[in-house]
Amino acid sequence: MSRVHDMGGRWGDGPVLVDPNEPVFKEDWHGRALAVTLAAGALGQWNLDTSRHAREALGTKDYTRFSYYEKWISALADLLVAKGVVSREELATGRSAGGSPLAEKKLLAERVPAVLAKGGPSARDGAAPIYPVGARVKTRRPARNVWVEGGHTRLPAYASGVEGVILSQHRAHVLPDANAHGKGECPEPLYTVLFRAADLWGRAENAGDEVTLDLWESYLEPVA
Amino acid sequence: MRVKALETLLTEKGLVDPAALDAIIDIYQNQVGPQNGALVVAKAWADPVFKARLLADATEVVAELGFYGRQGEHITVVENTLERHNVIVCTLCSCYPWPLLGIPPGWYKSDAYRARVVREPRAVLAEFGVVLPEGQAVRVWDSTAEMRYLVLPMRPEGTEGMSVEELAALVTRDAMVGTGLATVPQ
Repeated sequence: MSRVHDMGGRWGDGPVLVDPNEPVFKEDWHGRALAVTLAAGALGQWNLDTSRHAREALGTKDYTRFSYYEKWISALADLLVAKGVVSREELATGRSAGGSPLAEKKLLAERVPAVLAKGGPSARDGAAPIYPVGARVKTRRPARNVWVEGGHTRLPAYASGVEGVILSQHRAHVLPDANAHGKGECPEPLYTVLFRAADLWGRAENAGDEVTLDLWESYLEPVA
Repeated sequence: MRVKALETLLTEKGLVDPAALDAIIDIYQNQVGPQNGALVVAKAWADPVFKARLLADATEVVAELGFYGRQGEHITVVENTLERHNVIVCTLCSCYPWPLLGIPPGWYKSDAYRARVVREPRAVLAEFGVVLPEGQAVRVWDSTAEMRYLVLPMRPEGTEGMSVEELAALVTRDAMVGTGLATVPQ
């Protein structure tokens, strides 16, 4: 049911390779890729959840083959065309067919510090949480988007259909499953849910080991 | 290069200001980075009142130090103890507390880290040179929402009387992700 990005628990990836002298941006184009993505986002044609979904929606082979910033740029190109910001032809030729009505929203250099510092909080006013701290809950199975078939969700497959305990309650937060697909923010109470590693993986490295996830209320059902 | 072509196209269309891209790169290359998180940790080690407030409401407390913004709108700090070691990951993408640690390193974004650290954190930590005692439980925080996590590492022995600046120098980025420990002073 899930996509290639949903890789928590997967076997076969080999050791974690660490470059102790890695600069912030390994190549100049990495910084450009990050910056052009943020600047394009400031045009306001999509939200964080849309752009996350665009990266996840890359083909399985591309997602696996692409480096991190290649994913960003490919997803950005897809979004720019999907939202009509640039045409497919402009993207293919690299030549502008004319100005854009969105130009007035262009992020100017002098506004960059303020825009980055402002961020985009996802907490909203909304319903009070129904699950108290300590309540036993079970996650949705399968880990699917119930709004859009094959759509974006933040419930990883490895934590689907598993029992856990509410560790803490947060305010209502924008629901990615709806917001990624233009269906509104639909804020829901968010919880940090604690799982025993043994319940997720069948066996844990040590008996007391645990995993937490941040999950929206509709991902959960009560356990008697 | 594809990025350059895209930047040029968007600039021609009046949608991107190349100087704004320079400004974004400068901020993440030179201004925002693990030194921010290290200052937060050092202050928590030095001041029990600050630490209690930090663990209760990190977003507000780090904002008072000027650390707020994109990819760090909702911050939680989790404390390592003799009983529990905390590790941060984002298995679905690469969520990371940008205002406190900057842009994540390659290994944090790698398939191997994302896939493995939730299932076998001790094996992954061993690859980082960290071997935890049997009696210390591991709690892995998979950042699936907009909550961003920072690990408060244990304060090393032999650091009594150190200033906040001296303490901050012992706090590595990896210690604040949970794949490392704070540096023991020589």
